[in-house]
Amino acid sequence: MSQDKSLYNAVTHLGDNVLILGHRISEWCGHGPVLEQDIAMTNISLDLIGQARMYLDYAGKLSGENKTDDDMAYKRDVLDFKNFLICELPTGDFADTLARQFFFDQWHFLFLHELSKSSDETLAAIAQKSLKEVTYHKRWSSEWIVRLGDGTAESKEKMQRGIDDVWMFTGELLTQSDEELTLVEAGILPSSEKLKNTWEKSCEEVLKEATLSKPEEEWMQSGGKEGVHTEYLGFILAEMQFLPRAYPDAQW
Amino acid sequence: MVDQTPRISKAWKVLSTVEDPEIPVISVVDLGIVRNVVEEGENLVVNITPTYSGCPATQVIEDSVKEALDLADLRPFQVNTVLSPAWSSAMISDEGRQKLKEYGIAPPADETTDKKALMGEDRQITCPNCGSNNTLMVSQFGSTPCKAHFKCKDCLEPFDYFKCL
Repeated sequence: MSQDKSLYNAVTHLGDNVLILGHRISEWCGHGPVLEQDIAMTNISLDLIGQARMYLDYAGKLSGENKTDDDMAYKRDVLDFKNFLICELPTGDFADTLARQFFFDQWHFLFLHELSKSSDETLAAIAQKSLKEVTYHKRWSSEWIVRLGDGTAESKEKMQRGIDDVWMFTGELLTQSDEELTLVEAGILPSSEKLKNTWEKSCEEVLKEATLSKPEEEWMQSGGKEGVHTEYLGFILAEMQFLPRAYPDAQW
Repeated sequence: MVDQTPRISKAWKVLSTVEDPEIPVISVVDLGIVRNVVEEGENLVVNITPTYSGCPATQVIEDSVKEALDLADLRPFQVNTVLSPAWSSAMISDEGRQKLKEYGIAPPADETTDKKALMGEDRQITCPNCGSNNTLMVSQFGSTPCKAHFKCKDCLEPFDYFKCL
C-alpha cells in the first residue's frame, strides 16, 4: 500500500475517534448529573468535534477526491469508519461514560504529546493544538474517577463496574497494524508500543488513588480501525448523518 | 510590525475594531487571533488562528474580519486559518487583559508554560468584581470553551475566568 493511502487511513482513523467520541459525549447535553458537569461534557464534546474537523479536512485533501470535512463525516458508511471501538460504546450511565473517557484521555494525551513531534507538519500542528485541550479533559476524567472510586459504597461499586466493562476495549488503543508501523518508521506516527508502559502506569496511579482495582482480564476486543464495528456505530451514524443525507443542500 | 505599508497599517487599525462575538469588549487583535497581515502581490493576506478547536465563534470571527476588510475597501484580500503555532492565552495583549477584567472576566493568570496550572494545582485567581483572592473554582469548564467557572467567597458573586491554554 502506498504511503499516501496509509496516511489517509491513519488521519481518517484519528478524525473518526474524536468525531464519534465527541458525538457520544454530546448525548449528555441537557442530561448531565449536575449543570456544571453537563457544561463540562458539552465543552469536551465541542473540543473533540473541533479536532475532528481538522483531521477530516486533512483526510479529505489526502483522499484524492477533493472531499471536504463534511463529506468525510456525513457521506461515509459504517464500514468506512476507522474509529476505536471504545469511542462508539453506548453512553451508559455517568460511570460508564467516565470509564470510557478516562482510558481514552490517558491514551489521547500521551499520543498527542508524541504526535506533536510528527514529521508530518499538518499532523504536528493539529496535535499541538489538541494537546492543550486534552490536558484539561484528562484532568477532568481523572479527578472524577478518584471522586467516585474513593466515594460512597454505591459510587465505588458503579465506578468499578464501569472500569471493568470498558477494559476489553482498551487494548486497541495501544496496538498498531503493519500499515501504521510503516508510518511509525517514517516518523509520522508515534509508536504505540513505546506509549504502552507509560499509559499503564499512569492509569494505575489514578486507579490506585481511587481505591479501584485494575481489571485482570487480558483478552481484548479490536476491529474498529479495520472497519469492523459494534452494532452501536450504525445508530450513531443514522442520527448524525440523517439531515445532510435527507437534505443535501441544507445550510445552517 | 516593522516596515508596514499604509495598507497593512490600515488593515491592523480596521481589525482592531472587530470584536469577539462572545466577549464584545475585546478585539480579535487584542485576543491574539490575528496572527499577521502581509501583502502578497495584489492580495492582502490576513492569517487568523482559532482559540479552541471547536469554538463556534471561529466562523463568525472569520466572517466579521472579511466584512470589516471589505467595508474598509481593502480588497482584494484573503483570510487564511493557520494552526501552528497553536493559539495560547499568553497571546492576549495587556490591553486585552485589562478589558477582560473590566468586563467581569478574570484574565488568564499565567502563561501556559506554567505546568502547575495544567497539572492540577489550583492557581490563585482574583475576583474581577471585588479584587479578593479568596476564590474557588466551581468547574474548569464554563459558559464558553475558553472559560472556567469560579465563585468569590468574599463578595459571593460567581464569575468567569479566562483559562490558560
